[in-house]
Amino acid sequence: MAKSPDQEHPCKAFGWAARDKSGLLSPLCFSRRENGDEDVTIKILFCGVCHSDLHVAKNEWGFTNYPVVPGHEMVGTVMKVGSDVKKFKVGERVGVGVIVGSCKKCESCQQDLENYCPQTIFTYNSHYTDGTKTYGGYSDMIVVDERYVLRFPDNLPLEGGAPLLCAGITVYSPMKYYGMTEPGKHLGVAGLGGLGHVAVKMGKAFGLKVTVISSSPKKETEAIERLGADSFLVTSDPAKMKAALGTMDYIIDTVSAVHPLLPLLSLLKLNGKLVTVGLPDKPLELPIFPLVLGRKLVGGSDIGGMKETQEMLDFCAKHGIAADVEVIQMDYINTAMERLAKSDVRYRFVIDVASSLSQ
Amino acid sequence: MAMSTENEHPVKAFGWAARDTTGHLSPFRFSRRATGEKDVTFKVLYCGICHSDLHNIKNEWGITSYPVVPGHEIVGMVTEVGTKVTKFKVGDKVGVGCMVGSCRSCANCKEDLENYCPEMILTYGAKYYDGTITHGGYSDIMVSDEHFVIKIPDNLPLEGSAPLLCAGITVYSPLKYYGLDKAGMHLGVVGLGGLGHMAVKFAKAMGLKVTVISTSPNKKKEAMDHLGADAFLVSRNTKEMELAMGTIDGIIDTVSAVHALLPVIGLLKTNGKLVMVGAPEKPLELLAFPLLMGRKMVGGSGIGGIKETQEMIDFAAKHNIVADIELIPMDYVNTAMERLSKADVKYRFVIDIVNSLKPS
Repeated sequence: MAKSPDQEHPCKAFGWAARDKSGLLSPLCFSRRENGDEDVTIKILFCGVCHSDLHVAKNEWGFTNYPVVPGHEMVGTVMKVGSDVKKFKVGERVGVGVIVGSCKKCESCQQDLENYCPQTIFTYNSHYTDGTKTYGGYSDMIVVDERYVLRFPDNLPLEGGAPLLCAGITVYSPMKYYGMTEPGKHLGVAGLGGLGHVAVKMGKAFGLKVTVISSSPKKETEAIERLGADSFLVTSDPAKMKAALGTMDYIIDTVSAVHPLLPLLSLLKLNGKLVTVGLPDKPLELPIFPLVLGRKLVGGSDIGGMKETQEMLDFCAKHGIAADVEVIQMDYINTAMERLAKSDVRYRFVIDVASSLSQ
Repeated sequence: MAMSTENEHPVKAFGWAARDTTGHLSPFRFSRRATGEKDVTFKVLYCGICHSDLHNIKNEWGITSYPVVPGHEIVGMVTEVGTKVTKFKVGDKVGVGCMVGSCRSCANCKEDLENYCPEMILTYGAKYYDGTITHGGYSDIMVSDEHFVIKIPDNLPLEGSAPLLCAGITVYSPLKYYGLDKAGMHLGVVGLGGLGHMAVKFAKAMGLKVTVISTSPNKKKEAMDHLGADAFLVSRNTKEMELAMGTIDGIIDTVSAVHALLPVIGLLKTNGKLVMVGAPEKPLELLAFPLLMGRKMVGGSGIGGIKETQEMIDFAAKHNIVADIELIPMDYVNTAMERLSKADVKYRFVIDIVNSLKPS
């Protein structure tokens, strides 16, 4: 008979879990494995609330295995290191993002692209190499193989740095891969939420001109004055959209709802690239004529490998980039999820786990 | 009062035109401009029939203005050159493809990307600088600005080289641009028609492994024995398709009918590229998950600039690549169009203009 979550492993752990597709989170006692030779045990201090957490809590993607403890943007301090651990020592500040395991042998793993390994193990709602379920960062502690732990730069604030572990790498990786980093070029950022606002900050740090493309006119002042965007385009304003036709070198599309691609493709110059990092649960419509007539492309990207995630954190530390966050207590999480569903957050909730998670 | 097409220009010309949306082609008298100082005039010997010609004569894209003389895979022999022409002389074998003009000053033109110039002038059915409508290669003579004329190397048979001017460049350009031209890479080609068979030939010459993906199992033998493809997948055979998932670096998709992208995207390795060169009129469904989970992309490409077209012809000459054609007399053209609409041709019709186009 399968063991209950609190009996599976020797180390007691506590967190908040969703138990059904209502997505409502509530306390769960579970357990973590013994710290192995290559493992690092981490006391979790803060954990970001990613939109994926909401999708999974409500089983919107159809593969949730309840109970699920979400959270894949966590920062904390090292409590224990295994005998073969080389990169970390007790007391250090570290982060854990979206993956906690991979095969380590395939071509992708060998190229530091663990995120594209066919056997990627996700931080939550996956199965680990020992067959047990993985539980995420809405919890007091976690045990992770050293390879999947990030060094957290000293000058990055913990709360603002946590969302970089998913939101940050999700936009940084395609910006590098698709060559969206040439100073002076024009980047469009579609959607101004957790991903979008970090893309604006990174775009400015790369020396790009940045236009935010949004359906919400009320985000304009923020985008320009606080985030540093150069301009703001409201998708429902036909005159402004027309004036912007063929003006952008690239667009990062962070919108996770189904939306038309044609207006975005039309904003691109010749050879323009539209990179989608949002995950709508239904198909998008892809018009082919604009691709052929303008040699344009639509590409995807999914988080990043461990090496690149570390590079991204160091880049953010160097340029003073952190997420804009609303720090919340653990017991506010269900309200936070409701607000997140309505995009009512600037721009990421971060749970103050250490101060507010108590049995 | 507008001049009739016969009197617009000083030089008499004769061809076949479509006059209405039936697309039926018939003899048509018109005229060409006198050879200007930068122009090259040539006697048309052969002209390929591109599927775009069929779309155009039936006004399937809604942009046709009749009468239209189609044909943008034109080869012939130079009969006259303007006083400022430097690259060609009388007797040269030359070709003209899809364009006969562009602004020559925008950023795209300056980068040899005339095909993406916002003022690009198509070889037929477009308005030239003098306000007259351009007429294509289903005709006896052509006059073109030197810049848009391609030199055909001596070792290339003319009939088989005509389709290179559209089909050839349409697949060559994306192989280069999207980096799908490196020896050892694995290329997929969806659709085995005029474009598809050229893609197979070019890719093999570049040293790639090539898999053809087609709905027609009966094309397999040809694809492998004659065109040199390494493998053949029947797209409706889900088991075959599943076994091939994640094995292909890049795919050139030549199919212009609406079709499912998901199985094609599934064939790509991580970082794989799907390049659309056929242009379905309706949008296709794109699922985000498979695109993101493999960092894959879907891109497009349309013909190529003049410099690259010349480079493609020279590459073809070096590797003795020409299209596989069915040479037809002019008066067979309507039957050819019917057969083309059913994809009943291996793999391009080429009109034997020199031997069969006679003024009636």
